[in-house]
Amino acid sequence: MLSEALLEVKNLETNFYTEEGVVKAVNNVSFSIGEQETVCIVGESGCGKSITSLSIMQLIPESGKIENGEVNFAGRNLLEMSKKEINRLRGNDIGMIFQEPMTSLNPVYTIGQQMIEPLQEHLLLSRKDAYKKAQELITLLGIPNSEKIINMYPHELSGGMLQRIMIGIAISCNPRLIIADEPTTALDVTIQAQILDILRDIKKELNTSILLITHDLGVVAEMADYVIVMYAGKIVERGPVMEMYTNPQHPYTKGLLKAKPLIGERKESLFTIAGQVPNLAELSDSCYFADRCEHRMDICLKKHPELKETSANHSVSCYLYEGEAVR
Amino acid sequence: METVKQLIYKEKKPVKVKSPSLWKQTYRRLKKNKLAMISLFFLIFMFLLSFVGPYFSPYILDRTDIAYANRPPSASHWLGTDNYGRDVLTRLMMAGQISLTIGLASMFLSIVIGAFLGAVSGFYRGVVDLVIMRLADILMSIPGLPLLLIMGAILSEWKVPSEYRLYIIMIMLSVVGWPALARLVRGQILSLREQPFMQATEVLGLSDRRKIFHHLIPNTLPLLLVVATLNVAGSILSESALSFLGLGVVPPTPSWGNMMDAANNYMDFRKRPWLWIPPGLTIFLTVVSINLLGDGLRDALDPKMKR
Amino acid sequence: MKQYVLQRFIQMIIILFGTSFIIFFLFAMLPGDYIDSNLSLTPERAQELKALYGLDQPMLQRYFTWLGNVFQGNLGYSLKHQESVTSLLNKYVWNSFIVALLALFLTWTIALLTGVLSAIKQYSLLDGIVTFFVFAAMSFPSFFISLLFIKWFGVDLKILPVGGMIDTGSNSTGFAYILEVGKHMILPVTILTLLSIGSLTRYFRTGMLEVIRQDYIRTARAKGLKESVVIFKHALKNAILPVITLLAFELPGLFSGAIIMEQIFNWPGVGRIQLESVSFRDYPVLMAFTLFLSCLTIIGNFLADVTYAAVDPRIRLK
Repeated sequence: MLSEALLEVKNLETNFYTEEGVVKAVNNVSFSIGEQETVCIVGESGCGKSITSLSIMQLIPESGKIENGEVNFAGRNLLEMSKKEINRLRGNDIGMIFQEPMTSLNPVYTIGQQMIEPLQEHLLLSRKDAYKKAQELITLLGIPNSEKIINMYPHELSGGMLQRIMIGIAISCNPRLIIADEPTTALDVTIQAQILDILRDIKKELNTSILLITHDLGVVAEMADYVIVMYAGKIVERGPVMEMYTNPQHPYTKGLLKAKPLIGERKESLFTIAGQVPNLAELSDSCYFADRCEHRMDICLKKHPELKETSANHSVSCYLYEGEAVR
Repeated sequence: METVKQLIYKEKKPVKVKSPSLWKQTYRRLKKNKLAMISLFFLIFMFLLSFVGPYFSPYILDRTDIAYANRPPSASHWLGTDNYGRDVLTRLMMAGQISLTIGLASMFLSIVIGAFLGAVSGFYRGVVDLVIMRLADILMSIPGLPLLLIMGAILSEWKVPSEYRLYIIMIMLSVVGWPALARLVRGQILSLREQPFMQATEVLGLSDRRKIFHHLIPNTLPLLLVVATLNVAGSILSESALSFLGLGVVPPTPSWGNMMDAANNYMDFRKRPWLWIPPGLTIFLTVVSINLLGDGLRDALDPKMKR
Repeated sequence: MKQYVLQRFIQMIIILFGTSFIIFFLFAMLPGDYIDSNLSLTPERAQELKALYGLDQPMLQRYFTWLGNVFQGNLGYSLKHQESVTSLLNKYVWNSFIVALLALFLTWTIALLTGVLSAIKQYSLLDGIVTFFVFAAMSFPSFFISLLFIKWFGVDLKILPVGGMIDTGSNSTGFAYILEVGKHMILPVTILTLLSIGSLTRYFRTGMLEVIRQDYIRTARAKGLKESVVIFKHALKNAILPVITLLAFELPGLFSGAIIMEQIFNWPGVGRIQLESVSFRDYPVLMAFTLFLSCLTIIGNFLADVTYAAVDPRIRLK
C-alpha cells in the first residue's frame, strides 16, 4: 500500500441544481488509489458514490456541476484539462464499467462496431486489426464463438455477456485504472461471481488499479484492499479492508456490517439501521447520521465531525473517537 | 428524496392525497414557465374580449351603414369598417365567440368520444378493441382537410340553415379529432391495467364501469389535459380554414375564418388590409398561445423532464 | 420479421377496404350531383343520364361496381372537365408532386439540423429562438400566411410573382421556362415548408433530448470518443429511427396541406382541382382525389412500418 498514488481525489465537491434546491451529492471527498490497488466505495443508494466516480471521469449529468477540488491522475489534475486531453484519457488510461449492461451499449450498433471504437481512436489500429483485437478480447473474457458474437446486436446477448463486453471495452487499451460502478448489481448471483473473477484476473494480468463502487459488502470483502464508506455525500470512515471488518469504528459502518446476514447464523430478525438517508437538499449543520445514530451526543447536532485518522491509514468522522475534551 | 416521502404518505391514504399534490406541483411548475403564463393571460384576455367586449361596443353587430363603408381604422372605428359599414372590431369580438366556442365544444366532444372508446377498447381488448381501432385507423387514413371538405359539401347539399351550421361543424371537427385521442387513451389504459392498483380492483371485485370511470380514466387525465389543449388549437385552425373556404360557418354569422374571406376579393385584399389582417392575426395569436400553454402543461406534468 | 410484414400487410388491406367504403358512403350521402343541379336538363334526360352513370342502383351494389372500376384504373368521369378522372389526376398531380417533394426535402434538412442543434444546446439562446419559430410555424393558418406572403413579396415589394405557374401569356421554353417556373415556386414551397417544419423540428428535438440522456451515450463518452462522434454517430441514429415513420405521413400530409395554398397561389395542382370540384359539385373528382390521398397515406404508413422494422435491429431480428 506504500506504492505511489495513481489517482488522488482532493476535497471533491459536486452539486446538483434541482427544483428542490442545491443537492450536495459529493461533499468534500478526499481519497487516493495506489498503483495496483483496489479501492471500494460502499454506501446506500443515493449516498454519492456513483457521482464520485462519474465526477472523476467528468461524466456527470448536465444538472450537476463539479464545484471544487482536484482529481490528480498520474500527477495531472483532470479538472484543469481541456476536453481534448480528457478524451485522450477516457477509455485509454481510465476504463469505465457501468451498472446496467443492458442499456449501456448502443442498441443500433453491433458489438464489434462498438468494441473497435476506442481501439481505433486511442491505439490508432486499422479497422481490420481492431476487429482482430476485439475478437481476442471476447475470447479472453471467456465468451465462445467470438466471430459470431462480434456481429451481434446488444439485445441478442444476456446481461452477463454484455457486462463482459463492457469490461472488454474498458480494458481494450490497457488502462492504468478501471472504474467499475456497481458492475454486478444488475446481474444474477452466479454471474456476479464470474464477473468479479474476471475483474480480479484482469487486475493481475494488466497490473491495473481498480476503483469499485458497490453496496454489497460481500463484494468488498472479496475484492478490496482499501475501503471507503460514504454516507449522505461524505466519507464517514475509510481504512484497509481487514481493519474495517475487524475494527469498524463509525456507528454507520458497524450498522452496515451487522445488517449483513451471515451464512450459518440464524437470527430471529435481520438487523436494520432505523430511519432514512437525509434529504441531500435540506442538510442541517448536524452530523448527517445523527438522527439515526444510537450514540448521539449533544455536539453531534451542532457540527458535522471532521474526518480524523485514528490509526495508520484508518480515518473516521465521528465525535466518539475525538479527544476527551470534545466529549 | 421527495418521492420517498410521497410514497410513505401515499401508503396511508392511497387515493385522495395523490391527485391534489400532483395538480399543485403542476401549477407550481407551470407558474415558473413565463411563456406559458403569458399565453394563459392572453387567452383569458381573448375570452373576455370576445364574450364581454361586445357589451362595451357602441356598434350593434349587424347594423349596416353604407355611408360609413370601407373606412380605414380611426378613433371611432379602431379597426375600420367593412363593405357594409359594420365595425370590424365588434365583428371580430362576436366572431371570437363563435370560433372559441366551436374550438372548445368540438374538443369536449372529441375528448368524450375518444376517451370513452379508447378506454373501452383498451379495457376489453379482443373484438371490441379490434373494431374500434380499425375504425380509428380508417378515419385517420383520410387526410383531415379533404375529409372536412367532403363533410362541408354534404352540409351545403343538405341546405343546413346558417345558424345550425356551427353545431354541425363542431360534430364534424370531433369526427376528425377523436381517433387520435382514442388511440392515445387506449395506449395509456393498456399500460395502466398492468399496474398493481388495477390488480387490487380485481381483488376487490369492482364492476367494470367503476374500474373504467373511477380508476382508469382519472389516471389518464393529465395526458388528456395536454392533448385537449392542443386539440382546441387544431380545431380553431380547421374551423377557420373551412370557413375561409365558405364551407364552415357562413355569413351573416361571423367567425374569424369567414371574416378573412374578404381577402378573396382583390380590391379588399390590396387596398383594405384592415379587413383581413386583424382576424388572421387573432387566429394566429390565439393558436400560438394555446400551443405554448399546452406545451407548458406537458412539461409541468411530465416528471421525467424535471431537472 | 416476415410474419410481421405479412400481418401488417393484411392490416393494410383491411384499412384500404374500410377507407374506400367510408369515402364511398360519404359521397352516397350527397343528395345532389352534377345532373340534379343542372336545371337545363329535362327530367327524362336527367333520368337517362343517371341510368348511364349508374346512379339509380342501391348503394352497396354501386360500391362494388365502383370498386371494380377503381381496380381497373377507372376512377370515374369528371362531369365538369368532360375528361376521365385518371387522366385529370395524371395531368395535375405532378405539379403538386414537385412542390411537395421540394418542400419535403427542405423540411427534413432544416428540421434535422435545427432540432439536433437545439437539443444539444438545450435552454440556450439558439434553443429559445428555434422553439419560438417552431411554435409560430405550427400556429399559422395556412391561408393567412399565404396571403401575407403574397401581400409582402408579391404586392408590396413586387419581387416575386403573386400566383400561377408561369407568367400570364408567357411562352418561354427550355432553361427560361424552368427559371420562370422556379420563380413561381419559391413562395408555395416556402409556405409548405413553413407549415410542416414546426412539428418535425419538435420531434427531432424531443427525440434527441431523450437519446442523449441514455446510458449508452455515457458509455460512448467514457470510451473517449470525440463529442461530434458521440452526437452524430451514437445519438443521431437512435433519434432518427422513430422519426422515419413520419416520413411516410409527410408526403400525403403535404398534398392535403397544399390544398389551400394551391388555391390561393392559383397553382395548377390537385389541391386546386379538388377545391374547384367542391364548388362545381363535381363529386367524382373530389372522391377520386380523396381516395388517392388516403391510399397514399395508408401505403406510406405500411412502408414506414416495414422500413422501420428493417433498419432497427431490435425489431429486424425478431
